[in-house]
Amino acid sequence: MGLEDLLKKVKHRFNDEKSEATAKTESAQKQEEKGDTKSVKIPEDLFFKCPRCRATSYKEDFEKDRKVCSNCNYHARLTWKERLDLTADKDSFVEFDAGMESLNPINYPDYADKLQKLHKQCNMRDAVITGECTIRGYKTVVGIMDSNFMMASMGSVVGEKITRAFEYATREKLPVIMFTASGGARMQEGIISLMQMAKTSGAIAKFSEAGQLYIAVMTDPTTGGVTASFASLGDIIIAEPKVLIGFAGRRVIQDTIKQKLPDEFQSAEFLLENGFVDMICERNKMRSCLARLLKTHNYEKIMG
Amino acid sequence: MSKLTATERLSLIRIKNRPTVNDYIPLIFNRFMEMHGDRHYGDDAAIMGGIAEFHSIPVTVIAQVKGRDIEENKRTNFAMPHPEGYRKALRLAKQAEKFGRPIICLVDTPGAFCGIEAEERGQGEAIARNLMEFMTLKTPIISIILGEGGSGGALALSVCDELAILENALYSVISPRGFASILWKDPSREKEAAELMKITADDLLNFGVCEKIIAEPSGGAHNDCQLMADNISEYLIDAVKRLRSAEHDVLLVNRYEKFRKIGMFTE
Repeated sequence: MGLEDLLKKVKHRFNDEKSEATAKTESAQKQEEKGDTKSVKIPEDLFFKCPRCRATSYKEDFEKDRKVCSNCNYHARLTWKERLDLTADKDSFVEFDAGMESLNPINYPDYADKLQKLHKQCNMRDAVITGECTIRGYKTVVGIMDSNFMMASMGSVVGEKITRAFEYATREKLPVIMFTASGGARMQEGIISLMQMAKTSGAIAKFSEAGQLYIAVMTDPTTGGVTASFASLGDIIIAEPKVLIGFAGRRVIQDTIKQKLPDEFQSAEFLLENGFVDMICERNKMRSCLARLLKTHNYEKIMG
Repeated sequence: MSKLTATERLSLIRIKNRPTVNDYIPLIFNRFMEMHGDRHYGDDAAIMGGIAEFHSIPVTVIAQVKGRDIEENKRTNFAMPHPEGYRKALRLAKQAEKFGRPIICLVDTPGAFCGIEAEERGQGEAIARNLMEFMTLKTPIISIILGEGGSGGALALSVCDELAILENALYSVISPRGFASILWKDPSREKEAAELMKITADDLLNFGVCEKIIAEPSGGAHNDCQLMADNISEYLIDAVKRLRSAEHDVLLVNRYEKFRKIGMFTE
């Protein structure tokens, strides 16, 4: 669909909405208010412009589609809450270590303020939420990284929460599912953040020795020190379609080799082809895929 | 010991005649026999590995190779390993475990290589695998940072029972230039970044990241390579003896705890 067609479609919708006397959702009301301002400007937040294929789609459709680009199937980033709602059985989630906050190991200027601000914005104290929940009745430990929080970089809190989640699962004989997303190690915490790579990998070594199942679900973007630690250590590694996965940043590589990289470089599909993920799974099939894997590994269904 | 600033150390470890593993290995070990290849893809000259004798004890040596001239640097890719380098390291480490040899890693790298082929062959996976596997190897592991300890590329050979660092060597999450470039969009603020990042041997000791600082000859390791090698040997004699006498179970618990306790947070 071309941009012009899309604009027409949006205009029609506005008109339809205005003529309707039925109750409206909050977002529709907002749209109407904006539509009333006589200008032909279409508010930006009505559209999703896909960072992969550049196609524009009506945001309402995009969100109804679980934030998947209708044109190229890119699975866009979710907040931790959106991910949790799409994954866990309703009201089954119990959070771990909700109050944990990072200190400032290298006294990086304004770091504490930045964390506070993001805490309010993202409704989380650092870039990962961990806890336990059921998925179609199967109990599991789960971790969800949220790229809205400092690009979900890994510092002390991310490292500690993930380590504790694996240690808990080892004790309780539960599986672990990690939804990974990260720009890498959190530079603002210096060498301490690098050590989190070893710490989390060590916890997975012990967890694995105890015979439990770890499923890593790589979401957009999984890069740097997280790719080079716990994200790559799943017994089973699943990726969402079209997401970015890699070790080095695209720009860094481009600068090194002095040429433009192909679009599919470091995509989920690129990793599948090179043998680094087990499968690519679409968002609308993720829950059933995870539940089936838990069942296959002889975990007991405790509900439903 | 002179106390240089992080910036001064940064230039010191980059000077052309700073000794490399090719200088140290013959001075520290006897009869080093190099072993090549990862058995999957190829042989990466950025990481050299093999078996040697250290005071009559067979040990496995795994070392990142900086070149002493441009030709050698071309061959060793300026000590920036590809995935096959890390996989060779893991293969030799497992072999050391099988035959009960202590592992000695000599770390000196700007970082793991960033390139198309490194990505195709799974640089992230290779590093991750080493972090996990080294954590549970049932044999003593000692790592020594000789010069640059660059990020995950250095960490992949630094999951160990004891980490020692040469007095002027640095160990960081990213190069100071990269830090300035990413956080401040200004790579020219490299020096400011180096001072802020807490990357010197003293900082690392304070953080509990390393256990031992090995003194350098006055003015730096390049002023007296023999003395530097002697200082490294002296440390190794003690460390190898101590760690070899420990039960494997105790070794592994302590190794896990060494990393487990690092992190600064409140709750």
